[in-house]
Amino acid sequence: MLAKEEIKKIVQEAKNERLEEQDILIYILHKIQEKIENNYIPEYAAEIVSEELKIPTSKIYEVLTFYSMFSTKKRGKYVIRVCTSLPCHVANGREIINTLKEELKIDFNQTTSDGLFTLEESGCLGLCGVSPVIMINNEYYGDLTPQKVREIINNLKGGESL
Amino acid sequence: MPLTTNTILICAGGACISAGEESVKDVLERKIKEYNLQDTINIVETGCMGACSLGPIMVIHPEGVYYQKLTPEAAEKIVEEHLLKGRVVEEYLYKGDKGKIVPQPQKEIPFFSRQVKVATRNVGIIDPLNIDEYIARDGYFALHKALKEMTPEQVIEVVKESGLRGRGGAGFPTGLKWEFARKSPGDEKYMICNADEGDPGAFMDRSILEGDPHSIIEAMTIAAYAIGATKGFVYVRAEYPIAIERLTVALNQAREYGFLGENILGTDFSFDIEIRIGAGAFVCGEETALMHSIEGKRGQPRVKPPFPAQKGLWGKPSNINNVETLACVPPIIYHGPQWFRQWGTEKSPGTKVFALAGKVKNTGLVEVPMGITLRELIYEIGGGSPTGKKIKAVQTGGPSGGVIPEEYFDTPVDYESLQQLGAIVGSGGMIVLDEDDCMVDVAKFFLEFTVDESCGKCTPCREGTKKMYEILDKITKGEGTEEDIDILENLANVIKDSSLCGLGQTAPNPVLSTLRYYRDEYLAHVRDKTCPAKKCKDLISYVINPEKCVGCTACARVCPVNAINGEVKKVHEIDQDACVKCGSCIEVCRFGAISKVTPAVQ
Repeated sequence: MLAKEEIKKIVQEAKNERLEEQDILIYILHKIQEKIENNYIPEYAAEIVSEELKIPTSKIYEVLTFYSMFSTKKRGKYVIRVCTSLPCHVANGREIINTLKEELKIDFNQTTSDGLFTLEESGCLGLCGVSPVIMINNEYYGDLTPQKVREIINNLKGGESL
Repeated sequence: MPLTTNTILICAGGACISAGEESVKDVLERKIKEYNLQDTINIVETGCMGACSLGPIMVIHPEGVYYQKLTPEAAEKIVEEHLLKGRVVEEYLYKGDKGKIVPQPQKEIPFFSRQVKVATRNVGIIDPLNIDEYIARDGYFALHKALKEMTPEQVIEVVKESGLRGRGGAGFPTGLKWEFARKSPGDEKYMICNADEGDPGAFMDRSILEGDPHSIIEAMTIAAYAIGATKGFVYVRAEYPIAIERLTVALNQAREYGFLGENILGTDFSFDIEIRIGAGAFVCGEETALMHSIEGKRGQPRVKPPFPAQKGLWGKPSNINNVETLACVPPIIYHGPQWFRQWGTEKSPGTKVFALAGKVKNTGLVEVPMGITLRELIYEIGGGSPTGKKIKAVQTGGPSGGVIPEEYFDTPVDYESLQQLGAIVGSGGMIVLDEDDCMVDVAKFFLEFTVDESCGKCTPCREGTKKMYEILDKITKGEGTEEDIDILENLANVIKDSSLCGLGQTAPNPVLSTLRYYRDEYLAHVRDKTCPAKKCKDLISYVINPEKCVGCTACARVCPVNAINGEVKKVHEIDQDACVKCGSCIEVCRFGAISKVTPAVQ
């Protein structure tokens, strides 16, 4: 859990370093989500932001629920974003998606019971030259085959770092 | 500083990084140190060189020898052979069509030799983290020229004369847009760079931001001077962490060198830029939605007019240009409008970056003069089909675009010509499709995307695209009727005319264009319950040809649901009820005994 003081600090820092004060909400939410274990924005954090920025909590949730990169639910240690755009689709991307779902035994927007993986869809990741592609946290993996996907998952399960 | 004898450019674009560029670089560095060459060999990590399917790539200067598909072992060998002994390592060179291997400079390789680089002039050539390398390639010269020798009106005039049109998709004349923003009354104005490229299959903006961030900073500053803006924002997708990182470094360097901030280059003009990060919403590429997102709200579009030039960010006059458009600005200012017009057509001057993807040999980014034909682009630069299968069509413009069948491949690529064919240039994505790709499936695919990305504000887009998706889904399952096709077409036209923003207005295009050229495929799905491309799972079956099957059991062993039965050395059979049509069996059969048939076996 991220302490209340730390969240306040993030908000304060954002206020100081930005040219415009009105628009720091999305930036702050990214910062908080980055720092909170499980990659999400819990209710208490949204409430602190609401107090600090004097924006109603409902407004914050309006934003949180609109953008796919924010989550109000706990996510896994590794967030796997699967590119579901056409270049990946024609390069057998569907098989990659099936393999991921089978290996992890979860559907999109779900988290494995061990809290390790969350599976999410993503629009084009911009790496069509090496499709199909996935992104795990901030790392890209391209030219995937079902075999490669299984290896990547197994490596991560085995505790190897990205 | 000691004199370097060799410079190694190693591509650190997103695709090469994913293909193992970092480990190659690590080995290079280690080996170079081992041989005590670190003072004479300079390694530069550049942006994307474009030939993504051949990565990781590097080029060794002064000769310009181009090495591809590198591995850590390759790096070791290249240091020992090439750098130490001066012998070119043949196995990692580019291989020509006839399998002939000759060391050739990068610029002579067909993929590169046909290109004309304006927007991507520095991408893959300079170190994006070093402002001096940008300056060495005439960087910030245009800014100097604009601020010291030109009035804002003159800058706008040059851009207008160059004929530069917005590369983000719509193709609106850039100079005109700037003029609107300049003439719009207001003390405070904003200059925004739209780096929220989201069209599936287009990645030139990521590549430019990663490979040449200073070109965007320079262009935005020139534009700000022209329109009278004091603040700028770059709105970047959060999916592009490398781009964000490199742009952040570049902004700091530009401030340090006095190209941003107060009194730029000693003039009265002051301007600064900040980065705003998106959070995963395709609709934010639409300019009014993007501005809402910068303001910290839901990224929903609004009705235009008023246009951003009149009422933009926080209600103040704003000008928005896309990354690739901006990247063209500095050389236009520096060399003049006629220089840019030497390429392209009368109405679509200059060059355009295209992202080749799908069923083509050389996938990646290419920058070519406008007016090049699709055939030249796909066959001569793209190298044609990688498998020898017949190329059927090319999909351009992403979910807002359409398909162009092979018989129209001699059409020149420009805004008007593609529009006549029912497709668009869009942001430059070109997805090549072959005979294995079903056009109904492609249309359904894009509709699924639109349904997902519709912001939900207006009804035609929210409800209409969902209905269209449902009909397409029905058709691909073999449950559609001819009447469904009519409803689909009708619905498409209504949504096109009545949606609020560009996302909804263009969402029906993939359906309309596939219906235009491939109505027979739709009819095959509804009338005969067949999928001619054998792609739609509900309309196909996998069968074993008893004459070819030798009973090797490979297929039975790989089948995840045990649907294949048969004894060793005897003909195998697929249980159609159990089969999940995953295609694993066909991949492992070495005797070509398994095939797909349509309609499905009952």
